[in-house]
Formats: sequence, structure tokens, C-alpha cells
Amino acid sequence: MIAYILRRILYAIPILIGVNLLTFVLFFVVNTPDNMARIHLGIKHVTPDAIAKWKHEHGYDKPLLWNESVDGVNKATETIFFDKSVGMFAFRFGRSDEGRDIGRDIGTRMWPSLAIALPVFLVGLAVNITFAMLMAFFRATYIDFSGVVLCVAMMSISGLFYIIGGQYLVSKMLHLVPISGFDSGTNALKFIVLPVLIGVIGGIGSGSRWYRTIFLEETSKDYVRTARAKGLSELRVLFGHVLKNAMIPILTGVVVVIPSLFMGSLVTESFFGIPGLGSYTINAINAQDFAVVRAMVFLGSFLYIVGLVLTDISYTLVDPRIRLE
Amino acid sequence: MMWFKPVLLWTDILIWLLVGVVAFYAWRVRQHEHLVAPWRKVARSQVGMISAVVLAAFVVIGLVDSLHFRLPLPEAKNGAQRQYSPEVLSVFDLMASKLRTRVEKTYSSPFATHLFAKETTELPDGSQVRAYPRLKYGGAHLDDPAERTADIVASVAKGVFHGVVLWWGGALLLTLSVARWRHVSAGAAWSLILQGRDEIPWRTILATLGVILIVGSTAAALSFEYHIFGTDKVGQDVFYLSLKSIRTGLVIGTVTTLVMLPFALLLGIAAGYFRGWVDDVIQYIYTTLNSIPGVLLIAAAVLILQVYMDSNADLFDTVNARADMRLLFLCLILGLTSWTGLCRLLRGEAMKLREADFIQAATAFGVGHLRIILRHILPNVMHIVLITVVLEFSGLVLAEAVLSYVGVGVDPTTQSWGNMINAARLEMAREPMVWWSLAAAFSFMFTLVLSANLFADSVRDAFDPRLK
Repeated sequence: MIAYILRRILYAIPILIGVNLLTFVLFFVVNTPDNMARIHLGIKHVTPDAIAKWKHEHGYDKPLLWNESVDGVNKATETIFFDKSVGMFAFRFGRSDEGRDIGRDIGTRMWPSLAIALPVFLVGLAVNITFAMLMAFFRATYIDFSGVVLCVAMMSISGLFYIIGGQYLVSKMLHLVPISGFDSGTNALKFIVLPVLIGVIGGIGSGSRWYRTIFLEETSKDYVRTARAKGLSELRVLFGHVLKNAMIPILTGVVVVIPSLFMGSLVTESFFGIPGLGSYTINAINAQDFAVVRAMVFLGSFLYIVGLVLTDISYTLVDPRIRLE
Repeated sequence: MMWFKPVLLWTDILIWLLVGVVAFYAWRVRQHEHLVAPWRKVARSQVGMISAVVLAAFVVIGLVDSLHFRLPLPEAKNGAQRQYSPEVLSVFDLMASKLRTRVEKTYSSPFATHLFAKETTELPDGSQVRAYPRLKYGGAHLDDPAERTADIVASVAKGVFHGVVLWWGGALLLTLSVARWRHVSAGAAWSLILQGRDEIPWRTILATLGVILIVGSTAAALSFEYHIFGTDKVGQDVFYLSLKSIRTGLVIGTVTTLVMLPFALLLGIAAGYFRGWVDDVIQYIYTTLNSIPGVLLIAAAVLILQVYMDSNADLFDTVNARADMRLLFLCLILGLTSWTGLCRLLRGEAMKLREADFIQAATAFGVGHLRIILRHILPNVMHIVLITVVLEFSGLVLAEAVLSYVGVGVDPTTQSWGNMINAARLEMAREPMVWWSLAAAFSFMFTLVLSANLFADSVRDAFDPRLK
């Protein structure tokens, strides 16, 4: 088991290197530091001096991969690649264009993101599985059919409309909670309720339908027939047998996103003015702050890979037949 | 001397290429009974056919909007060479030129005759009044705005009448073609349709067509006199913007798949068929790409494109060419982030097929790898490709809205539902609220995505062997 996990972690390293190289190519080779400087200083009236100054201030005035002007090991380390990309493996993200430490920003901003994303994830999971179980219980009846129709209709609505509609109804018409903002401690609760509610509702359509498919696939298997033949009630069959056996496909889709919850949601956070990583990213995109975007790409990939490893481990926990070797 | 100059935008080329691919596929299907069978199942499904008709209506608008040209500027006197307007128009723009050119000053609500905001106007006697001024075009033919309701009713009646006439024409055509196809008389075909005795639910199709034609022609009749979805901040007709957005949505939904298909097919089948180091490399590639959060990869790529286009502004001769480049690039990058799912499915299927008896036999006969892949594996994974393509369409249309909101979607000058929603965000805060752009974007998007979802479901039901 431990050997397996170690191997998975070793396997993750080349992937992270790949991500790192890819972002390096995207951000520094396709799009040179000169271009970046020009974007920040305005396209037109830029002097070469101003560009050089900007590059120096932000540490982009070194060669990309190989520095001929210095000696020894420094040939490799006094470069943009070493400065900006290799440091990421140690989670040293450097400074944003505004001069703030990105690592520290991430540290403070991930908690508001988590405060929204974790409840959305947990409540959403519970609600979706409940709905899916109901539809599976009433399968091939009008309840099931209308449930599916409702799901398809709900998943055909863009997530933006859920947010806009929810804000209008709950905050503007009924004045129940503030439209947007955030606060620390328990005061945050009134800001969290609406985004969580909207997040859950927005996910019901595709979520319940997906779980319904999984459950229906399981109910057509032989062990379910055996369980029914033994005279078990349909409820016991569903909760005692089908749900347990459906855990593998459910876990496949669920566990992998758990670490990424830290990243928050771009759209929700920017609509509700939540100072999390999602709005951090969106601000960086709008301000064309490449350092932050690069850091978020790396962080996102890292968390995803952690999720993949966790998925494998979770299999062994729910299914004793699976041995990781 | 041409009186117009055709313009082939990149996405136009790809769209028409796609039309060609679909036509070729349809021709292939007709040749082979086993390929026709699942489509017949789709055709038998009522929901499938309703959504197909609705989708077809969207596609027609999108295609008409994909024929671009530039009109000449008024002739210069000194016999200089004819200059063409920098504005790229489409055939659809020409058809809807009344909608396109009738631009008001700023917001006006649906069917309004007056602007949404008060303005100070000076009366002839020198005194100033703050009032809602009349619109330049919306309801301008009315002498007295109080006649509006009666006028709208009259327009609706006219529109419905035209719609019904068109519908009857359609019904006649349908009856005649069913009669020819089933080798019965026209009368018999008509009763076949009416009583729903044919295997294909013609009655449902006809009813859907009727609804579309009547709603469409009513909307057209009304939109000549009013702004039926109001106008936006700069006074553009929202109905026109929504219609123009159809093409953007369709391009994102289809061209993206066209872009990703070659990657997914080639790499997926190669990984599953050859196994070994090929498999390892391909798995590594798609795990790496997959691990980058999609939105961030797209954001990074679009930011970089923006930098590139800003530094090479002279590459594009018109605003549209520039916006089109960005749309195409968005499709490319969306394709790059979305091929991994299909690739993994194809790898699994190719791995399964590799061990199948008929492929073992082919190998034993000494058939080459390329031939086995083309003749034996490819046709047997096509159902997966088809199901994935139709299932992805709606997700891509929805993704466009989110990306445009984030600021990494289509060009701000491209009409798209995402841009409409994005613009409407600020209007939300106005009191009273400007709701019509949102409502228009919502209804168009919802109709397209819902019918795409329903159609995708019936295609999946017909093609997925696991569901049989």
C-alpha cells in the first residue's frame, strides 16, 4: 500500500514537471517578457528603456534558460526558468505585479474559497444522491420521468443565470441576505448562505442525473436480483446493496475534486465579492498579471494530482477486493 | 466590377467544411443499412425529432449568418479603384438590415415607444422639459403611442397569418415527400401523417415546425415596427443581438469538436491499439493536460493571444477578421482542453477491440496496423465519437457564456450570449432594472441548450450498445 502510494507520488512528479514546462513555454517563450512589459506600460508610447526598467523590477531581465554572462552553476540558476518555474516545486510563487507575495496571498485567500466550496460540495453530494436514489426508487414511473426532465431542464440553464436569478430573488426582492461581500468568523455566515444555496441548486441537474445513471446501471445487475429474490424490501436493496456497490463509480468522480475545492469558483466568487482564490484568479486575468495566473495553474494541477492519488486510496477503503500494489 | 466582395472568415471555412463532413457522413450512412438502423431509432423518438427540428432552425440561422461579404463604398469621383466598406456583413445581416440599422440612443424596454431614460429637451418656446423622448424607430409609425396595443395585435395577427401560410406550404411539401418515399398517394400520406401511423412521428415534427414558423414570423412582423426585446446600452436591438449570437454559440459548439476529433481519434486509438511505450507517452500527455484546470489554461492561452494580437495589430484588415481569429483560437484552445475525455474513452475501447476475435484474425492474416485501425477499429468506435460530440455541444455553448464573463471568451465586439450577460451585470444594479437583455440571452440559450441536450440523449439511447 505505502509502496503503491509512493509510486503514485513519483509518477506525479513528471506530470508536474510537464505542467511547469508547458506554462513556462506559454508564458515566457510564446509570450516574451518584452510583450508583457508592453502590455503593462501601454502598447504605444513605450521606450526600450521603460521596458528594460519594468523587466528589471519584476525580475524578467535574465536569459530564459541559460545565462552565459555568469560562471559555474549560476549559468543555470541565474535565469528566468530557474527563478520563476523551478521555485514552484517548493511552492515559492514569487511576487505578483503589484509586488505582493503570491504564496501569502494564496494562504489567506484559500479559506474564504473553502468556506463556500466545501459546503457546496458536501450539501450538493447529499442532495444529488438523495434525488438520484428517489428517481431510482421510482424508476420507470412518471415521478422518475419528470425528475429526469427537470434535471435536463436545470442543466440547460447556464450557471450565470442561477447566480443572477438567486441574487435578484433572495437579496434584491426579499432582502434576506446581502447581495455580496464577506466577513470574518461567524459574521461570514450570512454571506455564505446564498452562494452555497445557488451552488447546490446549480449542480442538481447534472449531478442527480449522473448518479441516477450509476444507480440504474447497478440495479440491473445480478446481485440485485438475488437480493430481491431473498425478499428484501426495495429500500433495503437500494441503500444496503446498490448504494454500497455504486461507491466505486461515485468515488471516481467525487474524490478527485476534493483537493481542488481550495481553488474556489471563479464565477461565484466574483459575483458575490468573496475574497477567495477564484476572485483572485479572475482579478489576475483581468489585470493580466501573468505571475499570479501561472501560480494558480501550477497549484490547480498539483491539487488535481493529489486528488487522483486520493481517489486510488479511497478505492481500497470502500472495496476490500482492490489491492494497491 | 463586383458589387460585393466575398469575405471568407476562418470560422466560415470551418463551418462549411463541417457541413461537408456531415453531408459525407449522411451519404455514407445511406449506403449501409447497419449505420441507418440507429438513426432510424433516433427518428422514431418524439423528443428527439422535436429537438432536431428546433436545432435545425438554429442551424439555418447560423449558416445564413456564415456567408460574409463587404459592400462597396459609394464610388469615388476620379475613377479611383472601388473601395469596399470595412464592415463585414453576412447574408443574415442583409435580411435583418431593418433590425441592424435601427439603432436607438440607449436603453428602451421591449415594445417601448419611449426611451428608458429621461432626457432634457428644449421646446420651441425656449422652455426645457425633462421627459421620456419618443424612440427614433421603435413604434415610430404610430402617431399616438396609445394606439400601440391595437397595432401590436394587428401585427401579431399578420405574423400568425404568414406563419400559418408558410406552415401549410411546409405541410404540403412534407406530405408530397412522404407520399413519394412511402410510395402512396398524397391523400394516403396525409392521413398517415395526421393519424401518426408512420414509424416516424411526422405529426410531432409538423407541429414543432408550425410552432417555430408561427413564432418566427410573428416575431419578424413585430420586430419591423418595435424592438421586441428592447434595446441595449448603445441602443442596439437586443433581438438582433440574440439572433447574431446563435452563430457564435454554434461555432463554439461544433468547430471545437472538429478541432479536437483528430487528436482524440489518433492518440486514443494509437494508445489503446499499440499499448507499450506509445500508450505511456499518450497517457502522460493527456494526464498532464487534464491536470491543468480548464478555465485557467484557456485564460492563459487567451491572454497570450491577446498580447500577440495587440503587438501584431496590422495582421487583420477588419475588426471582424480580428474578432473571428479570437473566436477560432478560443475553439482551438477549448478543443485542446476537451479532447482528453474522448481520448481516454477511445483508448479503452481500442484496448478492448484489440483482443477481439475478428481483429486477432486480421492480424493473423497479416493485415497491416494502419489497415486494421482504419477498417476494423475506426468504424467500431464511431458510436463513441458521435455520442461524445453531441453530448459535448451543449456544454461548450454554456462554457462560452462563463468564459466571456471571466473575460477570456469571445472578442467583446463579437455578438454572443456571454457578452450579453456580461454587459447585463451592470444593468442589474439599475433601478428600475434593465432585465430584457438577460431575458433574451436566457431564452435563446436555454432553447438551444435544452434541445441539444434532448437530442443528445436520444442519440445516445440509439447508439450506446450498453443501453440496448
